[in-house]
Amino acid sequence: MSDIKNIIGKICPEAQFTDGDILEVTVPDMVWHPLAEALRNTKGLEFDLLSAVVGMDWKENFGVVYYLTSTVRNWDMLTVKVIAADREDPMIHSVSDIWGVANFQEREVFDFFGIKFINHPDMRRFFLRNDWVGYPLRKDYDASPELNPIRLDDEINEDDTCAYIEQPDGSIVKEDRKVFGPDEYVINVGPQHPSTHGVMRFRCALDGEIINKVDIVSGYIHRGIEKLCESLGYPQTLHFTDRMDYMSAHMNRHCLCMCVEKALGIEVPKRAQVIRTMMDELMRISSHLLSFGCAAMDLGATTAFFYGFREREQVLDIFEKTCGARMSMNYNVIGGVVADLHPDFRKDVKALIEIMPERLKEYHKVFTGNIIAQNRMKGVGILPKENAISYAITGPSGRGSNFSCDCRKKHPYAVYDEVDFDEVLLDGCDSFSRYMVRMKEIEQSCRILEQLVDRIPEGEIRAQVPKLIKLPVGHWYQQVEASRGTFGVYIESDGGKTPYRMHFQSPCFNLVGAVDQCTRGLMIADLITVEAILDFVIPDIDR
Amino acid sequence: MFDFDIVTSWFNGLLTGFMPQWAATLIECVVIGVIVLLVYALLALFYILYERKLCAWFQCRLGPMRVGRWGVLQVFADMFKILIKELICLKGTDKFLFKLAPYIVITSSVTMLACLPWGKGLQIIDYNIGIFFILAVSSVGILGILLAGWSSNNKYTLIGAMRSGAQMVSYELSLGLAMITIVCLAGTMNITEIVAEQDKAWFLFRGHIPAIIAFVIYLIAATAETNRGPFDLPEAEHELTAGYHTEYSGIHFGFFYLAEYLNLFIVSGIASLMFLGGWMPLHIPGLDGFNNVMNFIPGPVWFLAKAFFISYVIIWFKWTFPRIRIDQMLSFEWKYLMPIALANLVLMACFVAFGWHF
Repeated sequence: MSDIKNIIGKICPEAQFTDGDILEVTVPDMVWHPLAEALRNTKGLEFDLLSAVVGMDWKENFGVVYYLTSTVRNWDMLTVKVIAADREDPMIHSVSDIWGVANFQEREVFDFFGIKFINHPDMRRFFLRNDWVGYPLRKDYDASPELNPIRLDDEINEDDTCAYIEQPDGSIVKEDRKVFGPDEYVINVGPQHPSTHGVMRFRCALDGEIINKVDIVSGYIHRGIEKLCESLGYPQTLHFTDRMDYMSAHMNRHCLCMCVEKALGIEVPKRAQVIRTMMDELMRISSHLLSFGCAAMDLGATTAFFYGFREREQVLDIFEKTCGARMSMNYNVIGGVVADLHPDFRKDVKALIEIMPERLKEYHKVFTGNIIAQNRMKGVGILPKENAISYAITGPSGRGSNFSCDCRKKHPYAVYDEVDFDEVLLDGCDSFSRYMVRMKEIEQSCRILEQLVDRIPEGEIRAQVPKLIKLPVGHWYQQVEASRGTFGVYIESDGGKTPYRMHFQSPCFNLVGAVDQCTRGLMIADLITVEAILDFVIPDIDR
Repeated sequence: MFDFDIVTSWFNGLLTGFMPQWAATLIECVVIGVIVLLVYALLALFYILYERKLCAWFQCRLGPMRVGRWGVLQVFADMFKILIKELICLKGTDKFLFKLAPYIVITSSVTMLACLPWGKGLQIIDYNIGIFFILAVSSVGILGILLAGWSSNNKYTLIGAMRSGAQMVSYELSLGLAMITIVCLAGTMNITEIVAEQDKAWFLFRGHIPAIIAFVIYLIAATAETNRGPFDLPEAEHELTAGYHTEYSGIHFGFFYLAEYLNLFIVSGIASLMFLGGWMPLHIPGLDGFNNVMNFIPGPVWFLAKAFFISYVIIWFKWTFPRIRIDQMLSFEWKYLMPIALANLVLMACFVAFGWHF
């Protein structure tokens, strides 16, 4: 840690350090871009993965908190706090040229905080309408309905965008740009479209069947969860996590619980830890089965879809018995889980593990082995490993590009360090590899379940927690491996009973950022393949 | 076998007995027209239920079960719903062409239905170039699809129509070549004579190797011609929402829908006519007792059973295979299917010339 301090200190003398769980560096905006370049490229630092970008309003000034990870140096993490100089017109240098993922992340920060990113190629709002007044996550935001009434008119979706370009003399000039050229043949895939799996809109510039560019329009179902959390107590914020990526409901909630437990210093009983791990893995199986089914259906193989759903039903039945719900289970609570396991739980899980290998063979017979399916997936949507890291594509999609990014292995939580499983890595970098990673992860999840099902210890299912949960002043970041990648929760507390700021770093948001570069030069049918196999869930993007 | 000519000539004689020839012909035309449309509608309804039930069984489901026993009345309910729905014509569409397109599609498919031989003498259109006529009429339907895609003033429908054009033009070749292979074996283009030729054994067995190759090529090309999976790109619902008929509603959509199912029956019917002996019973040379038993089953039953069996195979394709991509589809046709079909035609010519067939 002191090495890193020395290297950063040499590059950037203005940096202030705060020790902690993760080393924190605070810098003013002026030195941020050269420092970012150095952090990315200098030997001994090599922070090549931008894990999270959290916009912040500290009342006296605006800033952005960046969480960086080094994939080459043992998953070492670093926090960089960048503070904007001016509260009236906050500006921060963009790092989208260094980490591809910053492109969309910075647009989100701009959307909610109004922080303009200098040299960002496309400074538009990402979620909200272009005619929205104000920036909702600012602490001085005026939420009165007169300012932003429910608009009944269509949103004018012009092709206009702009960029704030820094001139050689240091001044910032606003430059107007166009998203699409005047002669481009643009079609809308979405917001209502059978293959977008939700209300997502892709504007595709076509040349015949060939895609030249994809522009993503999002925010149709944005619920402002982060804003809502700021006015709710910690236990009340939990239920939102089940409604983001509803296919990773257990993992997301697990993550938020862990983050609060970390802040409070609560020790979770072993029984609860094992139950949480098993639920996470069941959730992963259910999610990958859905992903398999939907991918097959989007490629036109409708029957495989039903096969996937048949087994998923069995997983949902297990959830229903223990959690009382098939979706939005609301099972994890701060300190443990809400209810004990159903008496049938072990029997049901064993039945599931027993049939899965046979059923996976069936899937491979009906879909994977099919020559048309292979031709549709192999070599489609190539995402090289460097790009996967740059765009922070984690989860099965990243592992299909041979990017080892499994949080369960990198920094084990719950009881993942006590079970034996493999991180599935394939080096095809195409849709077929991503698809196969999912299928093989189902086997690995079954392996984890098999090891745990007879080893559920007796004991408490939750720890004693205070009636009114108040976090100490500070901020915390926690990651888990959700079904679609690394899910992160950032909590900043001012000591009150509600969070000062809560940010959810969703994996799907990054996945959708890679769609454009995955699909250039491919055909419309390939866009559907790439989307289906990247497998993003829209509510996770539109938090 | 019962010759249906007896019925038709009796009816003709009955009419001409008390009215002039022109009036008799007029009445006969009207009666036949009504019968064709009725058969068309009933077959389409049957096919919709048939496919829904089959795909349900493939997918571990039950399919429609609520309306009537085993859901048999479901299709009537659906058709009634389609009939009473509003016909929507959007702003910016080419109204004349938009309304014309479904009629072109359905006319082409009704005309093809009239060419099929259901039994001995039970056939409406019977030319000496019957096969050629079927091929020509089937190409008219594509015009309707292109018009529908173009006149809707929608980018999805236009892409669907363009795909459809490329697909139909390409696969028409293989389809035609596979049929010509059989014409080569039969030595005639007349549908009645083709069926009569299969009196001893079906062409699939008589022409053995080249006939089986032609049969497989025909099945693939016919699947593509009817826009069914894995070749359902023109209406690929996951890419183009509904392809060329996205903007249609009510019975205009219903026409496309009916035509799609009827085309499935028609290509199956043609396959049974060309390869499986049409309405001819299964005859095995040498087994006279068996042949006599088979003769008791009426011709229309044979014809329908064969057609339904081939439809079953095509439906099975659709619900099992993923959708092929446009470039893969075209390269499959032009690089593999058509050269094989051409070589197969030469092979068949050799078989016929040297008498290697049965």
